[in-house]
Amino acid sequence: MQFSNTQEQEEFRSVLRRFLEEKSPPSVVRRLMETEAGWERESWRELNQQLGLTAVHIPEAYGGQGFGPVELGIVLEEMGRALLCAPYFASTVLAATAIMQAGTEAQKRALLPDIASGETIATLAFTEPNGRWDADGIEMRATGRYRLDGVKSFVLDGHTADLIVVVARSEKGLSFFTVSGNAPGLTRRALKVLDPTRKQARLEFRGVEAELLGEEGGGAEPFARTMTLAAVGLANEMVGGAERLRQSALDYANLRVQFGRAIASFQSMKHKQADMLVDVELAKSAAYCAASAAAEGDAELPAIASLAKACAAEAYMQTAIHTIQIHGGIGFTWDNDSHLWFKRAKSSEVFLGDPTYHRELMMQVWGA
Amino acid sequence: MVFRSCWFLSPEVMMAEPAEAAVRAEVRAWLEANWNPDYGLVEWRNKLIDSGWGVPSWPKPWFGRELPMALEMAVEEEMQRIGAVGVAKTGIRRLAAATLLAHGSEDQKRRFLRRSLTGEDTWCQLFSEPGSGSDLAGATTRAEFKGNRWVINGQKVWTTSAHHADWGLLLARTDWDKPKHQGLSYFVLDIHQPGVEVRPLRQMNGYASFNQVFFTDAEVPPENLVGEVGRGWAVATTTLMHERRGADGISRWGKSSDRPGRVYEEERAENATVMEPYKWYPQRAGRADLVVERAKATGRINDPVVRQEIARLLILAKTAEWTARRARAAQLQGRPPGPEGSLGKLVGSHVARAAARVHTLITGADAMLAGDDAPMDGLIAEILISVPAGSIAGGTDEIQRNIISERVLGMPKEPRTDNDRPFRDVPKNLVV
Repeated sequence: MQFSNTQEQEEFRSVLRRFLEEKSPPSVVRRLMETEAGWERESWRELNQQLGLTAVHIPEAYGGQGFGPVELGIVLEEMGRALLCAPYFASTVLAATAIMQAGTEAQKRALLPDIASGETIATLAFTEPNGRWDADGIEMRATGRYRLDGVKSFVLDGHTADLIVVVARSEKGLSFFTVSGNAPGLTRRALKVLDPTRKQARLEFRGVEAELLGEEGGGAEPFARTMTLAAVGLANEMVGGAERLRQSALDYANLRVQFGRAIASFQSMKHKQADMLVDVELAKSAAYCAASAAAEGDAELPAIASLAKACAAEAYMQTAIHTIQIHGGIGFTWDNDSHLWFKRAKSSEVFLGDPTYHRELMMQVWGA
Repeated sequence: MVFRSCWFLSPEVMMAEPAEAAVRAEVRAWLEANWNPDYGLVEWRNKLIDSGWGVPSWPKPWFGRELPMALEMAVEEEMQRIGAVGVAKTGIRRLAAATLLAHGSEDQKRRFLRRSLTGEDTWCQLFSEPGSGSDLAGATTRAEFKGNRWVINGQKVWTTSAHHADWGLLLARTDWDKPKHQGLSYFVLDIHQPGVEVRPLRQMNGYASFNQVFFTDAEVPPENLVGEVGRGWAVATTTLMHERRGADGISRWGKSSDRPGRVYEEERAENATVMEPYKWYPQRAGRADLVVERAKATGRINDPVVRQEIARLLILAKTAEWTARRARAAQLQGRPPGPEGSLGKLVGSHVARAAARVHTLITGADAMLAGDDAPMDGLIAEILISVPAGSIAGGTDEIQRNIISERVLGMPKEPRTDNDRPFRDVPKNLVV
């Protein structure tokens, strides 16, 4: 495993950080989170034209940049730090990964270039109202050749996506399909979400015409691999957010004066900050190792991905709780920015499976 | 698409440091020409020291080659590859050598460095006292200059290896009218003298790996003062820095080869003595490595609550290991160490405590037993009663958090009331 980034990767990170600080300051996050879409095409175009971010891990043959999970991890970490409001996780991470894992060569050539360029916003609809993250939770039926019936929920950016990759069951078993965002018979409703910086939708399918993606009945393996890679991606995004919160809590403790001195000089604050640093640094190690394991095709990847997801989720949530506590009363106000990341932490803790779920997965993969 | 051109200078290009390849080739050639396991241990180490490969990061006038630390690691790897024995590094010798190299007089370096590296001289560290643990600068062991020598009175504690050491690194108070840090001096003390009494200290886990050392008019000649009078704290800081840095080295340096050959035999004997006090240290660290197998053996692996606890422990242990490797990888690349390099001691305590909790959960009622009535011939019991040491020894968790928050995060120190006045006037413990 790679335990240290190259100079070039770190340079990329710092350019990206500056870019996102400029394009996605809290004022912009607050403006976009109040919209129903949750993002806007103008800034999405900028993101891709200037840095080619939507293409980062998509192979060059399909119009991508041809980098791997480590570079994707860096992008996600910085986006998590900036709390970027964009359909990036839905389109570039979930949908593009699913297409790369499940699609035929011709389908990859047809679908991926527009996702890589950012012209098409795609998403992956897999979870249903039962809220299960494993394949057994998928009940949606695909009949004939092919019509989808059922309900998908918790679909990231599902109400705005141009293209929806759907996981459903045909008589041959678990299969992937693609559906246009405005297909007849598809009803989309934006859900009221706890984290307004990441929108979710409920999608009702009534006899919606769909195109098979890959092999009918061959969806189990690609689905498992997609979930693994998504967990790695989300872990990296989460450590970016956690690091940002930790730093903001430290800055505030240095600034805030009570009892005639900066509260940062009290041991209770210093020890809490040291503990926060430990939480965040351990979670970073997990997220980075998971990205590296994904890049190297490590046989233990499924276990390491679940480890990273569980570890980063707990670190993010714990850091968010400490950050609001350190801010005191002001930390519980709408005007203070802490709650924006707190809500992302909560939503990410649950999305793709909570820490309990992933710890159990990890144990099973490790044969324990 | 901006990054395509500059982004893809591959890692291979960066790794191909010409210096490293040359150093490896040179040390390999020297070892092939000179290494022979039939040497006596001291004889071989003298040869190694003279070649400059024993301590390649040291200055050239003192047995070194002034290589960066990253290259010293490369040299160590080359030695391991051929099975060559290195200079004496176990125990306090390394700390003594590093401290004297930095602060010792020419005469002290001549007298002590080589013999420490060969292993002929062994050392102990006389810092902690019953009245000053976390607050080492509050030492009250006194050194008074009388006639032509320093006279030492007082008591030290938690002294590893004092029972077989030749020399002690002593921190003692020479001025009670100055603020606490300015009244300390640093000495090399001969343990083999009538004024020094070494008594073993029995711990809660039954072992006696440490000692108490009592001084009654013990003597130190003036040439054994290290640095200047009143500047002992700076010297002690060097020792402590090396102690923290080497905290993970015990397992690496304490291993001896089971190969035949005189030099190996003598190294095994040396390690048997030096490593004896450390034999319960793996248990102190919690033995997370045993947990899954033990849970399978007891059947507790099927309990979902136990599985969650085991998983939490494994995640903590794995991420602790990866974090240490991140720090080493950054060091090898010659980057300034990030915060990940300062967390190891504190994280180690977390792992150990979590492991003890999980071992208890897995073991059930048998966790009340000890010795050969207990699982694994008492090993599990030993874990349960050794773990509390880890978060105290070598800097408590609380002190580690202070260090992390002040030195890594740059947070302000708490206001102090003990270092702005003569040490004489500072409240102290009553030592009975």
